[in-house]
Amino acid sequence: MAQTIGSTRCEALVIGGSAGSLDVLLEIFPDLSPNITFPIILVIHRKANNESLLSDLLRNRTILPVSEAEEKEILQPGQVYLAPSDYHLLIEQNRSISLDYSEKINYSRPAIDVTFQSAADIFGDKLVCILLSGSNADGVEGLKTVNNLGGIVVIQNPDTAIMPYMPQQAALNVKPHVLLHSFEMAKYINKLNN
Amino acid sequence: MISDVIDNEQIELLLNDVLETHGYDFLEYSHASIKRRITRLYALDNFVSFAEFRYTIRSDKQYFKRFLEEITVNVTEMFRDPSFYKALRNEVLPVLGTYPFIRVWVAGCSTGEEAYSLAIVLKELNLLGKSLIYATDINPSVLEKAKKGMFSMNYLKQYSENYIQSGGIKDFSSYYTANYSLAKFDESLNSKMIFSTHNLVSDHSFNEFQLIMCRNVLIYFDKDLQHKVFNLFDSSIEKLGYLALGSKESLEFWAKSKEYKRVKLEKIWRKL
Repeated sequence: MAQTIGSTRCEALVIGGSAGSLDVLLEIFPDLSPNITFPIILVIHRKANNESLLSDLLRNRTILPVSEAEEKEILQPGQVYLAPSDYHLLIEQNRSISLDYSEKINYSRPAIDVTFQSAADIFGDKLVCILLSGSNADGVEGLKTVNNLGGIVVIQNPDTAIMPYMPQQAALNVKPHVLLHSFEMAKYINKLNN
Repeated sequence: MISDVIDNEQIELLLNDVLETHGYDFLEYSHASIKRRITRLYALDNFVSFAEFRYTIRSDKQYFKRFLEEITVNVTEMFRDPSFYKALRNEVLPVLGTYPFIRVWVAGCSTGEEAYSLAIVLKELNLLGKSLIYATDINPSVLEKAKKGMFSMNYLKQYSENYIQSGGIKDFSSYYTANYSLAKFDESLNSKMIFSTHNLVSDHSFNEFQLIMCRNVLIYFDKDLQHKVFNLFDSSIEKLGYLALGSKESLEFWAKSKEYKRVKLEKIWRKL
């Protein structure tokens, strides 16, 4: 738990999840500090055409502003962005959001790998990525890149994940800086504050 | 895929080469997307060094064809966003039906799925006979596929569901003949299509249209280029004509957006 970002600041947090991750988000969100100093980007696998349901659910549980990411929007601290269904989400050098309708990755669009890799490219060692419950291996390649570029890799403890496969695969392939239970996550995120 | 094998300067070098040697300008594309596409291709084709990759792109015409096909995104589907096609069917095309002749430009048509979807709706409204669909793309090889009107059977179930959701009234399978793994769409549909290469970055307006459809193309362009393309469309749309964009694209922030009025909740605007 003590291992937060060394000498650097957290400039962005990306959370990826699939099956079983909604429960974790619903647990984390009410306890997030209103003074979060970095943007939070969520990449959650979900059905296409199910636009507003997830953002509504999350919005009701935090006073942080939550929105579906808009194309070319500039990331703001303390704002929660949800990758829209059926688009990959990438980050540009000027910290704006690019959306991409290219091939699915790991049968998924949005794919967690795409956003993890793109964010790692921009934020380097000032990035924290959390991978939650899920039943495919999306996120693993992304976490490798995050790790290579000096970012912090956080994985949900597979023992407490509803669908342990995704965090298990990740933990097998990338040594996480921290393994967290869902109930520890909000506190961990709040501590990343600068 | 390792995303740190090619750095930003190398991407810039490559894109400058492509402009100089082949005349395609990708410098104003969204950087993150194009970098991902290039890195993906590098890994996919097992290049061992950036120098080799760069040399091949510069000097091998055949490989450049592949490069062009792979770094542009050609993913599309029929009746993508059914509610969009519903609005087209119920709000837009009936208005255009009062004109003696309907000219539509499908810009960035890729393999043609949207053009064929549009043709089906026009046919059901009895308007196809007086319509002409100009389908253009930067990429000659996808146009070859579009001309054939053959799509993989694997996707047909999804397309059929989209079609029904969009307000389609016929049996979707009446529009194609299944031939092993491919569905060949009725020739009455593409008899009203003209396919041609057109580069939104460097080519000019070539006609006036009552409807321009350009969906999920502009997301790959940076803001300045988006605005240039809006100006190109503006000079290609008749007064009271329509412009249709992808579900995440918007005219907002463009200098002339006030001269356009949004049609209900869809990403369709009417020129005032």
